[in-house]
Amino acid sequence: MIIDINFIGLIIASIMASAVPLILASCGELITERSGVLNLGVEGMMIIGAISGFALMTVTGSLIIAIFGAMLAGVLISTIFAFLTQTLITNHVATGLALTIFGIGISAMIGKNFVGIPGKEFPVLFEGLKDTIPLLGPILFGHSIVFYFAFALPFITSYFLKKTKIGLIVRAVGDSPESASNQGINVRLVRYACILYGGAMSGLAGAYLSMIYTPQWIENMTGGRGWIALALVVFSTWNPIKILIGAMIFGGLTIIQFHMQAIGVRIPVQFLTALPYIVTIIVLVVISRDSRKIRLSTPSSLGKSFHKDN
Amino acid sequence: MIKIVKRDQPSRAIFFFTPVLAIFLTLVAGGLIFFILGFKPFEALKFFFIVPIADKYGFSELLLKATPLCLIAIGLSFCFKSNNWNIGAEGQLTFGAIVSGGVALLFYEQEGFYILPTVILAGAIGGMLYASIPAILKTYFNTNEILVSLMLVYVSKLILDYLVVGPWSNPEGFNFPETRQFSDSAKLPLLFEGLRIHAGIFLALAAVVISWFVFYKTYLGFQMKVSGFSLKTAKYAGYKGKKMIILVFLISGACAGLAGVGEITGPIGQLHREISPDYGFTAIIVAFLGRLHPVGIIFASLVVAITYLGAETAQIFMQIPKYTGQVFQGMILFFLLASDYLLFFKIKFIGLKK
Repeated sequence: MIIDINFIGLIIASIMASAVPLILASCGELITERSGVLNLGVEGMMIIGAISGFALMTVTGSLIIAIFGAMLAGVLISTIFAFLTQTLITNHVATGLALTIFGIGISAMIGKNFVGIPGKEFPVLFEGLKDTIPLLGPILFGHSIVFYFAFALPFITSYFLKKTKIGLIVRAVGDSPESASNQGINVRLVRYACILYGGAMSGLAGAYLSMIYTPQWIENMTGGRGWIALALVVFSTWNPIKILIGAMIFGGLTIIQFHMQAIGVRIPVQFLTALPYIVTIIVLVVISRDSRKIRLSTPSSLGKSFHKDN
Repeated sequence: MIKIVKRDQPSRAIFFFTPVLAIFLTLVAGGLIFFILGFKPFEALKFFFIVPIADKYGFSELLLKATPLCLIAIGLSFCFKSNNWNIGAEGQLTFGAIVSGGVALLFYEQEGFYILPTVILAGAIGGMLYASIPAILKTYFNTNEILVSLMLVYVSKLILDYLVVGPWSNPEGFNFPETRQFSDSAKLPLLFEGLRIHAGIFLALAAVVISWFVFYKTYLGFQMKVSGFSLKTAKYAGYKGKKMIILVFLISGACAGLAGVGEITGPIGQLHREISPDYGFTAIIVAFLGRLHPVGIIFASLVVAITYLGAETAQIFMQIPKYTGQVFQGMILFFLLASDYLLFFKIKFIGLKK
């Protein structure tokens, strides 16, 4: 059997494409968690982004408005979470769950009129260069701008957290809100900003799904990707570069199931579909087993409310 | 001017008042949403919350929907009270239904008094087995129970899908994704002629009574309360934390499993793909709205059950999308959490000084 080297390149490119929404949402959530806030509403923010992007694209015809509108929708919905957890000091877990339930409901409500409408073609960059280099050509070229942004994001996030002053402030707020507050840092403001940023990235991840990856609106189309993104943050031990690795593994699992079916491997389709979820559990077990390591890398105040008496 | 003052200790009266406030605020916000969507708000709310339960049949449907919600929420309250975040009750419900459905199919076309208890027991065991996975991973491998229990929801639904499409599908079923109908001995008896409400409601009521007893009359209930309040204190008092984590997960899994049995041996009578309209997730809201108190949960399950019925009625009569139900559920939880602020803070209105 001769395997075309470009075919391998195409498979790798498709794995990368399916990793994009996970990278975006995880990197956003990572910043939120680094500031000490656990937002379990990723799935809800993502689906809101998906419907907002698709609806704005259909109504306005502008891809730019749609992409930025989806991010704005993510910001808006995460504002509810920010207001509740930061201003009204509610429990992070319960509030995040409410956000997900609410988001799925609202998106289905808005999306009712958009079911069955075909999407638009999203422009890709460097299409012409695809055939110039064997193997690498299809991997590097011919993708959307969101794709390139997603693969740059872990490095940008890492740089932001390690090298910039604001990144340092975010980490300080997550690791020790009390001392950050004593240093004159407005903990609540920083956390607000980090939550809204997470919302924007989840919104973008959703828009990528409904506008670029599978350009159409389907109810519940995020299908648990928001939860996998949350698991990826734990997997990465809050290190953005490792999110890249994790997202590629999960992207790979998603793509493999299509190819296994295509070759005619006789494993029930449901088992293959369940694989990413089962692997997530196994990976979480392996990562978390070393409780000392987890404790060292987890932002110390993660999920705990901070309230300064005044 | 408004001034916010911290209370010396949380107000107990407000503790039970805020759920009512949350429901009221949800109705106001819901009316607003209906208005934005172009409906008459009061008419829409009437179709949503009053019309569905205005007759005998509607009331029976209300109890039918409230039964699994109440049962699961009671189980979840064991977990939430002790600070264990089991959010995968939907998966435990599904797996309980799978195991009990499998047993029910073994008794296909057989009759006997022992069949139904066996089927019910199988469901409880199924739910417990499934809930034991996040519990064991949490206690022995330090794994986050939120993510594990949630991932298992997706897995359980895929197992169910595989079974009803594949090995368990009805051989005479023209390839519909469903099993054979269970024999009458494997079905929960109906309580009234012509209504769908079935004996499963007694399981829910039993759970209410037992949980009340455990919470307020036993040492275990006390330990749970302390652990929920402060894990450090619990450790200091020498409670066996691991054992308790596993126990509360098993209880909550059993309740969810029983809710699954109630669905498939009650109104459905067989296994197919859609055995639960996300009861397991909605029950999380019920547990909170009921303040993790058995009696509170009864009321909360009735209120939240209306959102299911209301969504159906509003869809038929006003073409309001049925997902409005979920929107209402999310809003109830939002408003409940928000109004908890009043537990800890007093809002004082002070006259403007000129």
